[in-house]
Amino acid sequence: MAAIDWVALWIFVFFFALVTVMGFLAARWKSGPVSEHLDEWGLGGRQFGVWITWFLIGGDFYTAYTVIAVPALVYAVGAYGFFALPYTIIVYPFVFAIMPMLWKVAHKNGYVTAADVVHGTYHSRGLELAVALTGMVATMPYIALQLIGMGVVIKAMGLAGDWPIIAAFIILALYTYSSGLRAPALIAFVKDIMIYIVVLVAVVIVPYKLGGYGAVFSAANDAFDAKGGATGIILKPGQYLAYATLALGSAFAAFMYPHTLTGVFASKSADTIRKNAILLPAYTLLLGLIALLGYMAHAAKLKLSSPNDAVPMLFQALFPSWFAGFAFAAIAIGALVPAAVMSIGAANLFTRNVWKSYINPDITHAGEAAVAKITSLVVKVGALAFTLFLPVQFALDLQLLGGLWILQTFPALVFGLFTRWFRAEGLLLGWVVGIGWGSWTAWSNGMKPLAGLTFGGDTYTFFVGLGALILNIVVAIIVTGIVRMVLPERTATARS
Amino acid sequence: MWALLLIPFVGLLWVPFYNFLEPSLFGFPFFYWYQFAWIPITSLLIWLVYRSRAPDETQE
Repeated sequence: MAAIDWVALWIFVFFFALVTVMGFLAARWKSGPVSEHLDEWGLGGRQFGVWITWFLIGGDFYTAYTVIAVPALVYAVGAYGFFALPYTIIVYPFVFAIMPMLWKVAHKNGYVTAADVVHGTYHSRGLELAVALTGMVATMPYIALQLIGMGVVIKAMGLAGDWPIIAAFIILALYTYSSGLRAPALIAFVKDIMIYIVVLVAVVIVPYKLGGYGAVFSAANDAFDAKGGATGIILKPGQYLAYATLALGSAFAAFMYPHTLTGVFASKSADTIRKNAILLPAYTLLLGLIALLGYMAHAAKLKLSSPNDAVPMLFQALFPSWFAGFAFAAIAIGALVPAAVMSIGAANLFTRNVWKSYINPDITHAGEAAVAKITSLVVKVGALAFTLFLPVQFALDLQLLGGLWILQTFPALVFGLFTRWFRAEGLLLGWVVGIGWGSWTAWSNGMKPLAGLTFGGDTYTFFVGLGALILNIVVAIIVTGIVRMVLPERTATARS
Repeated sequence: MWALLLIPFVGLLWVPFYNFLEPSLFGFPFFYWYQFAWIPITSLLIWLVYRSRAPDETQE
């Protein structure tokens, strides 16, 4: 264990304290009655304009875990890890076309969650529950990974033990409880500006110290030549399909998650979302540059015990303590924003689609806000327990499965915007088959997101989630076709 | 105009089209700067579609 880096630690503590104060004060920002209505606590009053939404979705979609894990993957395998770049580009034409439509449905009917939209469209409690459970289960390990990302930088500063993470999380839980979505929205400003500064400085200074980008790429190339296997600074032909399907599948999944949808539903107009689809790619530029830090770690000849240490070790090796502390604070605060929004998204789902649907249908608006606030605490304690008591690998595996699962809610949420042809029975069975086949395939391949199919002697390797989605859609079409033949009209009894 | 939104999908998902080292730009192999270039291009394409939409729809 390294000695404690006091300069870095004080800088870190200063920024952490700053955002804590902001988190508590956020309840009064653009003030509304935070505890009287779930729209206020869980969606910040549905009033966020273009810039707030830009910071909020940017801060919440490009997470702390991304800052650690994407460079780690690029460090370990090279070009293949870069699929995050095409993924976070093609997601925006999709967001531009679909999300304003979804926002309009939610706004018109006062919906807060994806499962609300699905229930409103198909009047099926079963399908609503399926979508709500998928969202909650997929979010938990995602929150746990934010904690792991925070843990990596805290460890890099020389602090041992679990208490710093526990302390950080209690603070986060308390201000999320009192301020709701306003807290991460306000903190996102600080977090994102810090991350932009860190990355822009790093991508200029680091290559300057290491002999330019040409030298960085050639050092990475040498490292992969020595390592061998399916690594390299460009893809092997066998990786093409995996790269493209991972990018496409991830892009379709990204805005099915409760935390990203919460950002969408919290914006004040459909036009806010459209403008954000044009402006959010700025974060993708940042992500691509962050990914290159993985190659810079090769050029700096760092000796890493785990690829996850690539970014923190790089900052410690090449920058003075005060800047390393600033960078670590940016990453740790970067964990707080998504963790807060994810717990709010999961709490909204539980409140609206489990508590209201099954336990107390006559709940008041203030009652909904109260249930959601308590649930957000439970979700965070659950995620904390997850990171403290279960192996890290388990969180990673579950997060990967979570991406596959959340993608299976795509047909139920999106198809209804275009056609009323589908029936709840078909979509529900498609969801079951997609999740079942996808989980089984990923599990039997040793928790890898890829599966292979062999046609005429050639094996095609692709992203399991996308394969499961195709299967899901095929089942939904067949079952809907059958149900429509048996019951040509949607009967009153189906509207439970 | 909405078809413009499909162009980034074609440009980025057809991997054999850009999986090369050369020509490099400022030390970046083609594979990297090509994908980076799609960021502003995609923003521009979305903006073109946004601008071409009927003005009554924008008042929401």
